[in-house]
Amino acid sequence: MTTVALKPATMAQALGRALRDAMAADPAVHVMGEDVGTLGGVFRVTDGLAKEFGDDRCTDTPLAEAGILGAAVGMAMYGLRPVVEMQFDAFAYPAFEQLISHVAKMRNRTRGAMPLPITIRVPYGGGIGGVEHHSDSSEAYYMATPGLHVVMPATVSDAYGLLREAIASDDPVVFLEPKRLYWSKDSWNPDEPPAVEPIGRAVVRRSGRSATLITYGPSVPVCLEAAEAARAEGWDLEVVDLRSLVPFDDETVAASVRRTGRAVVVHESGGFGGPGGEIAARVTERCFHHLEAPVLRVAGFDIPYPPPMLERHHLPGVDRILDAVGRLQWEAQS
Amino acid sequence: MTVMEQRGAYRPTPPPAWQPRTDPAPLLPDALPHRVLGTDAAAQVDPALLRRLHTELVRGRRYNVQATALTKQGRLAVYPSSTGQEACEVAAALVLEERDWLFPSYRDTLAAVARGLDPVQALTLLRGDWHTGYDPHEHRVAPLSTPLATQLPHAVGLAHAARLKGDDVVALALVGDGGTSEGDFHEALNFAAVWRAPVVFLVQNNGFAISVPLAKQTAAPSLAHKAVGYGMPGRLVDGNDAVAVHQVLSEAIAHARAGGGPTLVEAVTYRIDAHTNADDATRYRGDSEVETWRGHDPVTLVERELTERGLLDEAALQAVRDDAEAMAADLRERMNQDPVLDPMDLFAHVYARPTPQLLEQESQLRAELDAEADGSLGAGPHGPEGAGR
Ligand SMILES: Cc1ncc(C[n+]2csc(CCOP(=O)(O)OP(=O)(O)O)c2C)c(N)n1
Repeated sequence: MTTVALKPATMAQALGRALRDAMAADPAVHVMGEDVGTLGGVFRVTDGLAKEFGDDRCTDTPLAEAGILGAAVGMAMYGLRPVVEMQFDAFAYPAFEQLISHVAKMRNRTRGAMPLPITIRVPYGGGIGGVEHHSDSSEAYYMATPGLHVVMPATVSDAYGLLREAIASDDPVVFLEPKRLYWSKDSWNPDEPPAVEPIGRAVVRRSGRSATLITYGPSVPVCLEAAEAARAEGWDLEVVDLRSLVPFDDETVAASVRRTGRAVVVHESGGFGGPGGEIAARVTERCFHHLEAPVLRVAGFDIPYPPPMLERHHLPGVDRILDAVGRLQWEAQS
Repeated sequence: MTVMEQRGAYRPTPPPAWQPRTDPAPLLPDALPHRVLGTDAAAQVDPALLRRLHTELVRGRRYNVQATALTKQGRLAVYPSSTGQEACEVAAALVLEERDWLFPSYRDTLAAVARGLDPVQALTLLRGDWHTGYDPHEHRVAPLSTPLATQLPHAVGLAHAARLKGDDVVALALVGDGGTSEGDFHEALNFAAVWRAPVVFLVQNNGFAISVPLAKQTAAPSLAHKAVGYGMPGRLVDGNDAVAVHQVLSEAIAHARAGGGPTLVEAVTYRIDAHTNADDATRYRGDSEVETWRGHDPVTLVERELTERGLLDEAALQAVRDDAEAMAADLRERMNQDPVLDPMDLFAHVYARPTPQLLEQESQLRAELDAEADGSLGAGPHGPEGAGR
């Protein structure tokens, strides 16, 4: 058996590597966006791509999100596979008209004649001390739009594997990159990028028997930390990382909740009208007779994303999760 | 020393890095819209082109009349007529090579038909049986775009992609005067100019965006002038003069094909009918204005030229009209048949691989349809942990 030299990689590097490998594997893959070329993106995810593949394959576009995504639509119509970068979550909003009216619907409008294999990378979410408009969690808008896949990695391997899958997908994928995990590290074999579960499968990151934490993206590490802390309270928590909101893996989620009988949904976007409501409803519909307590939600407050010095009060942390877990002792309380 | 004296001592120099990006003069449109018909230049026009334009214009007019009639019979949900604008529609279709692409707005059904699309398929959107009734690749006609100006960046992206692949393809995108106020118009023109994409934008300035006149839409000297700010040439053309529109568009397309980049063409025309059959145009414009424009009718302009040059006699004219009549009769007959719809199509084209959620919903609908067919009262109740949705 040969020993492989594992090297540490950050999530940002893994994403860059996925772009590079996808571009090398398929000349139809084009990366475009603001500052993605010479600068390598403000988070350096596209670092080196313009040098390796040229300006035509990794293009600094004019500063116009609707134009970027609209041009990508036309490029995809002509057989390319554009991967666009929206510089920050809140700056993707000017492109919503293109996203919702065209990207999400073109396959449907044309009865499958004109699929649009576009990947829309969005650095998203808070926790990096960003000023206004740099920390939004926008997944609820995307998941409410039929025709889009909505994917969010939480680990370095998933960042690589899910992005390769997203680019290979014949459907448009909104690929949400948790900003505060960009610098998270993992060790991997750079010669043999990891195989991952395909888009649409949730993964049990930690198994446990007392309750399930259902989460995704930036909240996955927080839930894992909470699960460790909960051991002291005698709780053995299972953590399910959804990895994608669309498609949604009802099977894995319901199987977990049927085992544990209790569930908490954790995400940092607002709770009202947020993904947690949908997930709680789905779990309730499927697992009602197995539930020992109502499905609870731990979410960000229903406020515009707060200024950086206050964001720690907004983001769901270990204590809030543990508090919810405590409230799962439903019978004892009622 | 007085302030004035100090000023005099100051010799202004430009900021170190400044230089003009490009000379604006060659980009500026002519003062008046380009015309051919009714001028001396008309004598030079190829008779074959005149005849071709005439045939298509007559067909186009007849098509507009027929489609409008179909709305009155309830066969179409709505029809935005292009009566009065046929010269633009027809020229847009005729100037393109087969490999080129047309990006129409919702008013441009006629351009799509003139490009070769089956008239019935072109009306599917407006009849309401599907959003796009044709395969866009077949005639290289993008889906008719309802959100204004959003098709323009698509045209830019497609033209850009074609050039990257080394293909000799040009995209022609149509937009209304109101659509030029949208952000997507700006972004598309800017991208096109920066990328030198082989794309031509044709604005059909028909005077109104529903009820709003051009004066309330823009303060620009003309819509063609907008081109200069992007660094592309702007051209003004009489949009009712089919020969002039054909000429200007052909030049712009040749320029794009040769690597010269985009052009913005403004065709000055007029919407004779109301915005759609559902609109009341008398609320925002007077009859006399409409009558003035009727005197400058695109079909008549070509017909007069052909007749004066002795290229069209009564028999030839009748043949053209008969051909248009046959097209209309065929359209009427086929549109009077109810389309056969498959409800399962609702789920067929949402994703390449349907999500588990859609598969569940699909089987729910199938069960409902089966129950309907059986005459039973509907699908059985779902248990609390049943299929759900
Ligand atoms: C983004 C968007 N806003 C509003 C509308 C509703 N609408 C449909 S047509 C129209 C007027 C368009 O005018 P213009 O661009 O001049 O084209 P025309 O109808 O004259 O061909 C409006 C406001 C729309 N279709 N899309």
